[in-house]
This record gives sequence, structure tokens and C-alpha cells, in this order.
Amino acid sequence: MYRYDSFDREFVRSRVAQFRQQVERRIDGSLTEEEFKPLRLMNGLYLQLHAYMLRVAIPYGTLDSRQMRQLAHIAERWDKGYGHFTTRQNIQFNWPRLKDVPDILDALADVEMHAIQTSGNCVRNITADHFAGAAADEIADPRPTAELLRQWSTDHPEFAFLPRKFKIAVSGSPVDRAVTRAHDIGLRMIRNGVGETGYEVSIGGGLGRTPVIGSVVRDFLPVADLLPYVESILQVYNAIGRRDNIYKARIKITVREHGIDAFRERVEQRFRIQHKAFTSAHQALLKRISAMFAAPAFIEAPTGAFDAALARDPVFRSFVDTNLHPHRNPQYAIVTISLKAHGATPGDATAEQMRVIADLAERYGHDEIRISHEQNCILPHVHKRDVPAVHAALREADLATSNVGLASDIIACPGMDYCNLATARSIPIAQDIATRMKERGDERQVGDLKIKISGCINACGHHHVGHIGILGLDRAGVENYQITLGGDGTETAALGERVGPGFAADDVVPAVERLIDTYLVLRSDEDEAFLATYRRVGMQPFKAALYPDTVLAAGR
Amino acid sequence: MGRGNSGILVRDTGFRDDDWRGEFVQWSGEEDHSALPDLAALDVENTASAEDIVPLFERIALIRIAFPSHMDGRGFSLARHLRLLGYRGRLRAAGHILADQYTMARRSGFDEVEIDPDFAERQSEEQWLFRADWRTHDYQERLGRRQ
Ligand code: SF4
Repeated sequence: MYRYDSFDREFVRSRVAQFRQQVERRIDGSLTEEEFKPLRLMNGLYLQLHAYMLRVAIPYGTLDSRQMRQLAHIAERWDKGYGHFTTRQNIQFNWPRLKDVPDILDALADVEMHAIQTSGNCVRNITADHFAGAAADEIADPRPTAELLRQWSTDHPEFAFLPRKFKIAVSGSPVDRAVTRAHDIGLRMIRNGVGETGYEVSIGGGLGRTPVIGSVVRDFLPVADLLPYVESILQVYNAIGRRDNIYKARIKITVREHGIDAFRERVEQRFRIQHKAFTSAHQALLKRISAMFAAPAFIEAPTGAFDAALARDPVFRSFVDTNLHPHRNPQYAIVTISLKAHGATPGDATAEQMRVIADLAERYGHDEIRISHEQNCILPHVHKRDVPAVHAALREADLATSNVGLASDIIACPGMDYCNLATARSIPIAQDIATRMKERGDERQVGDLKIKISGCINACGHHHVGHIGILGLDRAGVENYQITLGGDGTETAALGERVGPGFAADDVVPAVERLIDTYLVLRSDEDEAFLATYRRVGMQPFKAALYPDTVLAAGR
Repeated sequence: MGRGNSGILVRDTGFRDDDWRGEFVQWSGEEDHSALPDLAALDVENTASAEDIVPLFERIALIRIAFPSHMDGRGFSLARHLRLLGYRGRLRAAGHILADQYTMARRSGFDEVEIDPDFAERQSEEQWLFRADWRTHDYQERLGRRQ
């Protein structure tokens, strides 16, 4: 894992000191809320429906037990005892008091964490594959790249006042778990013909009100050119991105209006002078960073306990089935801890649960934890012999829900329950769907199904890339939910297509059930997942199931 | 002709009166600038193209880039671009710039910031001096990004 050196430490402390002074000026009235706003946003502090909300970055989703315990401590001491993990590898505290925020930031700095650039029109928290450094299918660990980008983007003098926010994601595997194609810049680590690693760079992806799958701007970028090239992209965007209309300010619109070829030409033109812009210091730093991400000292031990538990215990078997993923070391497993217990708020964790996860990471997981954009926690390195013990401990803490990748493993944004931009609730819809799936008892038979819910058009719940996407809108004061089908956030990225008119809140669960039942009838066999069936048969049968004639007639 | 020079300059040492005595010529990017006086000062919008100004680099002593709003960061990239293209003359950011942005201006290649006197009343010299230590805590420097 990356460790702060004195430079990082002093930087973060100086930012806290600046913010402490700004909060004092706000509280004594010498700053108005309007003047204070850009300053607090630079430090991740939002004003929400009921209170301030502090968004803390978990860079590329990696943290250790000490950091997790500190998050638990913050939740207990300054909030209501829980935190909310978001779809961008951040954690949000929903109830901090303004006067406490500098202390919270100091507590974060104590464990090498911060809330810098989690909001505002700047480069946001860099996200990465949550299985980084562990996945069997990985080409290279994306985290050194993400850390280099974190440092580069921190306080970047040119890019703190961009036309709009800017999101970068990095994936180190051909299997894209970081949704790179839905980011302003997506970096996929690849190998070229002669075996060198580099990046495939895509730009202009994004969800929100105008969802776009990113376009490749450079099919192979050598590792050493990363910062000069990314800086060129940002310079072009900063110069020609639109500032007259907030809805047209993201780079996806710039790319669309100018065309990817013309945009690429401008970037390459800037890039030609960018070689003068840097010494090779960043490459030396990248080497140092990479060394810090060396794999832990894996243990050699028999895995008999794992096999025995598998043979003996059906509950363990189903946990292994859904919550374990192949590790690059065959004696190990990647264990996902679902934060989606049926009926709970997706992504919420109590302080107590955070401590359980921290303890398990320390005891059985080489002290590493990851947070996924799917709002779950991950122990990336667990020796198989220890999985039964981990599972038993998770069961005791109510954290052993075996539903990763299934219908109840829903991504949902905070929606109307917290967010002042929301047009509808999303958490209760997720809870209802999950509860119903439990009652039906067939979600394992249904298999791989990604349901994603957003409470407004801003699409923080990634509904466009859900196999089933649900978007909550406001129709004359009444919540109305639109359903899209066929979205995909992986390397075969696709945007979901809207099926038809929306549904009232109470009709969403039955609608989802009709979709699932239709799939169960149509699938060629048990191995054909929902998305594959949808791609094979198309929308029509699903549309017919959602809108039987009578409903259509009544609606007209 | 560009705007006059009645503003207050901010430098690392604090406030001072503008010492530039000459006129500012508005750069439009299109006109024939053969008549430009030697060592002139140029007023440039933040939408200008740095490349277009390159032929004039030897003939101008000062470039003043307008900041129409503190939320508009185009001027930072323009300054950086001018520097990378080899401009060595004086570079000034003028307009709506917050004291909290002083560090960004200096790191982007500006030598100084020009603000209106009434703006200087609200954003006191003390607030600017608080951010005058722009060389410390600079990630870009550690990454080898040249100033
Ligand atoms: S999608 Fe809308 S409602 Fe949900 S968190 Fe984002 S802005 Fe808020």
C-alpha cells in the first residue's frame, strides 16, 4: 500500500489548517455562505437536504485496518454511527456539524486520508479496479498509476476551475471492473505487440443526463507519457469545454461537438510541446510508488479446511459461490463482503461492522481492504484455509449475505432520503426489490443480474449501465420510475435502452419481477445470464411483459 | 486600446501600485500587428490561442490575461501554454481572481495578479500574503512539472 511521506503529510495538514481558519471565519460571520461555498467544496463538504455531508476520498478504493477503524471512530464520535460507501470509492458522513469538520479532517490526516477534491469542478478522486493487485486476470496493478494521478491532480494549478467536474478511472485487467468507459478519462492497462505495458486511453464517457460510452483517443500510450498526455487532454478541455451551459460542460459534450478526431488532433498538438513540460521525476516517483504496492508475503499452507467446509456446509457453499473471486495465487481467494443485506440501505456500514471488517483484514487478509464502486467491501487477499473462519465471523456480524452479483446486490444512490437534487427515492426501492427477492428465494437461480437505481437524472446510481436500470423522476409531484434494459459497465460497455412509460413507486417491484420471470422462461439454459438473454432475444418480449395490453390501454 | 492600468498589483511581497507606464494594446488575434510599438503590453482574452502570439514574443514586454470570473480557469492553462511555447516576458492575471487562487496563478507561470481597488478592499493583503508561499507543498514540483 502507498504510505505518505513527510511531503504528503505536511500537504494534508496544511490543507486542514487552511480549512480550520476558513470555518472559523464562516462561524464568526466574516465569510458569507456564498463565499464559503467554494472553499468548503474544495474540502468535500456539501450542504444537503438536512445537514452538511462530508465526502471522504478512499483513493482507488484501497485502505487498511487502521484507516477503517478511524472511519468507524469518526462515524461514532461525530456522526450517527454509520457511513455510506458511494459508487466512486468515497465514504460519506451524512450528519457532521460544521464546527467539528476540521477535527474530522485532522482525524483523517492522522491515518493518511483526506476529503480533498471530492467535489468542485476539478479532477476528482481517482478510482480503480477493486480487485487490483489480487485478480487472477490482471495484466498490471492499476493502483500505482492511480496514485501517481492522485498526486498529479492534487492542487493542480491549471485544473481546479475546469468547466465541470472530471473523473478518471484505471483498470489493470482486460475485464473492466472500473467502468472506465463511463469516465471522462478511462485508462485500461494493456500490452502492445512487443510486450510493453501501456494504456488504452478513452475520453468522453459519462452517465448523467446525456449518457455516453467513451471513445478511444489513443490506443497505446507508453507508461512514461501518462502525465504529459493526460495533462494535454485536460488543457484542451479547459480551453474549449463549454462554460455557457452547465449541462453541456462535461468533456463528453466537447468531444461530441468537435468530433473525436478533431479533439484527438488538438490533444496530440499539445502533447508535442508537453515533452518540455516535465523532467523524468514522475517516472522515478512511479517506481517508488510501485514498490509500495508490492504483493504481500503470501503464505504457503494446505487448503484442506476450505474444501472440507465446502463439502460439509451448504451455507458456506453458497457464500463461496457468490462472494469469492479467483485470486492470482491459487491458494488464495478474493472475498467480497456484501453491504447489501436484504432490506438494508445499499452501501451503509455501521461503525461496528467497519471494525469487524478491519479486524478480519488484519487477522486474515494481510491488512488490506477495498471498497468497490458497487458499494461493497472486499478482503482482497485471504488464504483459502481461512475463508471458513472469515465466513463464520461475518455471519456473527450480520455481514455474510451471499448475494454478490445477484439481483439484490443493488447499486442505489442516496436519492430523496439525503440528496437535495433528487427527484425520487432510490434507497427504499432497492430495499423493496431486495426484500422481495429474498421472499421469492430464487435469486441464485436467476443468477448474475445487475440492478442499478438513481434518484434523478444525474445518474449517480449508474442506472444506464445496469442490466436493469431504474431512474426515479418527478412527474407532477409524483414519483415515477423509468426502466432501462441491457446496460453494461464492463469491457463490453453499453447503455441501457428505455423500455417505455415509467411506473409508480408501488409498481416497480412487480415490474422487476415480470422482467425476471420473462428471463427465466426465455433463457436458453441456466448458464445464459440475463444480459446475454436480453442481447439474444432483444427488448420485445421484455417490453410485452412490462406492458401487457391492458396496462398500455389504461395508460392512454 | 486595452483597459487602463489603475489596478492594484499583487506579488509575493504583497500589494503595490502598477509600475507599468505604457499603453495596453488589445490583442484580437486577427489584426496586423506590424505597427505594434516595441516592448508593448498586450491585453489578451482567456480564449486567445497562445500559438498565434508566438511571432510577437520578442516584441512584447507584458501579457495581461483577463479573468472574467473566478470560476473560469482558462487563463491558467493559457499562461502555462505561453510559457511552454517560450514566452519569457512579464505575465499578469487580471480580473476576478481570489486570494485562494494566487498559488495557482503563480504555478501556472504568472508573475503577478492585478485586481481592482474595491476588490482589494474585500480581499485584504493579509489574505494574499497567506497564500504567497506558493512554492511549498507543490505536488507538481515533486513530479517534475517544470515551472
Ligand atoms: S442521482 Fe441524483 S438523487 Fe441520486 S445522488 Fe446523484 S444527484 Fe442525488
